[in-house]
Amino acid sequence: MDRVLGRIWWLLAASAVIAFLSPPFLWLFGIMDGAGLTLYLQQVVSGTANGCVYALVALGIVLIYKATETINFAQGELMMVGAFLAFTFITMYGFGFWIGAAMAVAGGVLFGMATDRAIIRPVVGQPVFAIVMVTLGFGFVVRAVVSMIPGWGTDTYALATPFSGADLRLGALVVSQDYAAIIVSTVVLVAFLFVFFRYTRLGVAMEASSENQLAAYYMGIPVKRVYTLIWGLSAGVAAFAGLLLAPVTFIHTQMGFGVVFKAFPAAILGGFGSIPGAIVGGLIIGIVEALAGFYLPEGFKDVAAYVVLLVVLLLKPEGIFGRVVVKKV
Amino acid sequence: MRFLFKTDYAQDTRLFPFGGTRRFWAGLALYAAILVALAHYAPVALSPTHWLGIGIVYAVLFGAVLLRQNADGEGGHAAFWYGLLGVGALSAPFVLDLYFLSQITFVYVYAIAGVGLILLLGMCGQISLGHAAFMACGAYTAGLLQAQGFDLLVTLPAAILLSAALGVVIGLPALRMTGIYLAFATYAFAFIVEEVLARWDGLTGGNMGFVLSDPSILGYSFDSEQKMYYLAMALFVLTLLAGLNIRRSSTGRAFMAIRDSETAAEAMGVNLAVYKTTAFAISAGMAGLAGAVYAHLLFFISPEGFTIFLSINLLVLAVIGGLASMHGAVFGAAFIVVLPQLISLTKDSLPPVVGQLPGLESGIFGLVIVLFVIFEPMGIHGRWMKIKTYFQLFPLYKRGTFKRQKSYMVSEKNR
Repeated sequence: MDRVLGRIWWLLAASAVIAFLSPPFLWLFGIMDGAGLTLYLQQVVSGTANGCVYALVALGIVLIYKATETINFAQGELMMVGAFLAFTFITMYGFGFWIGAAMAVAGGVLFGMATDRAIIRPVVGQPVFAIVMVTLGFGFVVRAVVSMIPGWGTDTYALATPFSGADLRLGALVVSQDYAAIIVSTVVLVAFLFVFFRYTRLGVAMEASSENQLAAYYMGIPVKRVYTLIWGLSAGVAAFAGLLLAPVTFIHTQMGFGVVFKAFPAAILGGFGSIPGAIVGGLIIGIVEALAGFYLPEGFKDVAAYVVLLVVLLLKPEGIFGRVVVKKV
Repeated sequence: MRFLFKTDYAQDTRLFPFGGTRRFWAGLALYAAILVALAHYAPVALSPTHWLGIGIVYAVLFGAVLLRQNADGEGGHAAFWYGLLGVGALSAPFVLDLYFLSQITFVYVYAIAGVGLILLLGMCGQISLGHAAFMACGAYTAGLLQAQGFDLLVTLPAAILLSAALGVVIGLPALRMTGIYLAFATYAFAFIVEEVLARWDGLTGGNMGFVLSDPSILGYSFDSEQKMYYLAMALFVLTLLAGLNIRRSSTGRAFMAIRDSETAAEAMGVNLAVYKTTAFAISAGMAGLAGAVYAHLLFFISPEGFTIFLSINLLVLAVIGGLASMHGAVFGAAFIVVLPQLISLTKDSLPPVVGQLPGLESGIFGLVIVLFVIFEPMGIHGRWMKIKTYFQLFPLYKRGTFKRQKSYMVSEKNR
C-alpha cells in the first residue's frame, strides 16, 4: 500500500509540473488566447475518446494476462468481430441500436469463450511465447475468415448510431456526441467492472485465480471454467470497444490491427497486468497522440505513442502501476 | 572476433563438420577456393560434365575432411549427409531453373536472419519485435554505400557493424526488461526507425524507396541469379558457422544460462548487461547482413518492406523452424519462402469460388502457425527429430517418448 501511495504522489507531482506548463495555465497567465485554449481542449477531448477505446482494448488484454498469463495478440480481432456483429445486427438485420448492441456484445462474449476452449486451452502451461504465437496466428485466421464471409468481406462499413451527427456544446467547446458517448460509456463500463470484481462471487473468483491459480483451485474454484469466463468477459469488453469505435472510424477487417498496436503500449505503459494502469495508459496514449498530431509536424502522430512508451519504460521498466516482483531462481 | 570461431568444445562436434581450429580454417579455405572457382567460371565455358567432375572432386575432398574428423567418434554418417547436402546446394544452379534458384536464394537470406533470431530468442531468451529495423538498417546501409560506389567488401561489413550498433541501442532496454515489455520496447524502437526512414527522404528516398545496382567485389559483378545464389549461400554458411560456434563457446553457454534463469546466471557470475547486449548485437548484425543481401536481391528497398509484418514473419520463422537448433533457421526460412508460393500455386487449381477468396493466404498462414504451436511446439526441427528417433528405435519406439510435461507453476511474472 505504501508503495502504491508513493507512486501516486510521484504521479501527482509529475502531472502538476506538466499541468503548470500546459495551455490552460498559459491561458490563465495570458500567454495564450481563448481560441488557442479551445483548440487545445478540443484535441484533448478527441484524444480522450480515442484513448478510451485504446484503454478498453488494453483492459481486455490485461484481464486475460492477469488471470491466465496469456498475452493475447488477437484482442484487436475480437474487437473487430464485435464491430462486425454490431453492424450485422443493427444495420443488416435491423434490430435497432440498443438490442443490436447488446446482441453484439453477447456474441463477442461467446466468441471469446469459444476461442479459449478451442485455441488457448491446448497450449496452457507452455511457455508464454508459444501462446503469443498462437494468438498472433489466430488473429491472422480471424481476419481472413471475416474477409471471406459474404456480406462482411473486405469492404468498409459505417455504423449509424442514435448519436451520430449531433454535437454537444460546452461553452466554446464543440464535442461530437459520438465522442461524448465513448467517454461516458467507458466510465460506466469501468465502474461496472470495478463493482463486478469487488462484490460478485464470480469477480472475486476471477481475482483469486489470477492471483494464484493453484491456491484458487485448492479452494474449490473451477479455474478452467473461470478462465473461459474471463476470456468471454475480455472479448465482451473488446466487442464493446468495437461498438464504440465503429461510429468514429469505419468497420473493416484491418481495424483491429491499428488499435491493438496502440493498446499494447497502453497496457505496458500502465504496467502490464494492472487494470487502472490499462485505463491510464490508454488515456495517455490517446491524448499524447492527438496533441502530437495537432501541434507537431506530420509523422509524429504515430511515433508519439511509442516515444512515450520508450521513455516511460526506460525510467520505470515495470510501467507506471506495475508491480515489482521478487525474482525466483 | 576470436570468440566467433572458437572451437575447443568437443562434445558438440557432430553438429559441426570440422574439428580443431586449424582444420576449420583449412576447410573454410577449401570452401572459399571452390566457391570462387565456381562463381568465376559459372556462366561460361564449362559444360555440365565439367561441373559434375568438380562436384565429385569437391565431394571427395569435403567428405574426406568430414570423415577424418569423425573417424574416432560417432556422427560420421551425419557428416556424410551434410557433405552431400553441400554438394547438392553447390550444384543447384546447374540443375534448377531460375525461379526455383531465386527462391532458394531467398531461403538463404531469411536463414541468415533466422540464425540471428535463434541465437537471440532460442538461446538467450530475449524476445524482439524489432528485427525488421535491423534488416532495414542493413539494407539501407548497403544500398546507400553502394550508391557511393563502394563494393561488397565495404558495404557488407558496414551493414553488419551498423546494425550491430543499432542492436546495442535496442538491446539497452533488454537490460531491465523481460517478456512482453521487451517485445514492445523493441517494437517501439523499430517503429521509430521505420518512420525515420520514411521521413528522412533526403537520405533514403522516403516512401519512394530507391533502386540498387548489381553488387560487386573488387570489380567482379554479381550480375546473374547464379552468382547471387552463391553469394547468399556463402554468406549463409559463414553465418551458420559463426552461430554454431557462438553456441558452444562460453558466450553461448552464458546466453543459455540467462535464458533459463537470469537470477541464477547472475549468481554464477554471468554479467547480464554484457551478455544481453552481446546477444542483441550479434543477432542484429546477422539480421543486418540478411537485410543487405535482401536489398541486393530485390534491387529495390523502401520502408514498406520493413514493417512489423517482417518482424512477425521472422518470429514465425524461428518458432515454426524450431528454436532448439540452428536447423530451425533453415527449416523456418524454407517455410516462410515456400508456404506463400505453395498457396498461390494451389490457388490456381482450386475451384474459383474458393481460390478467389480474399485473405486465403494470410488465413492459411495463420492456421499453420496455430496448428504448429498446438501440435508441434518444437517446430519443424522437433518433428524432424521425432521422425528420426522413430526410425532409429524402429521396433522399440514407445508412444509418448516426446510427450511434453505441462507446467502450471512456472510463472512469467516471476522472471
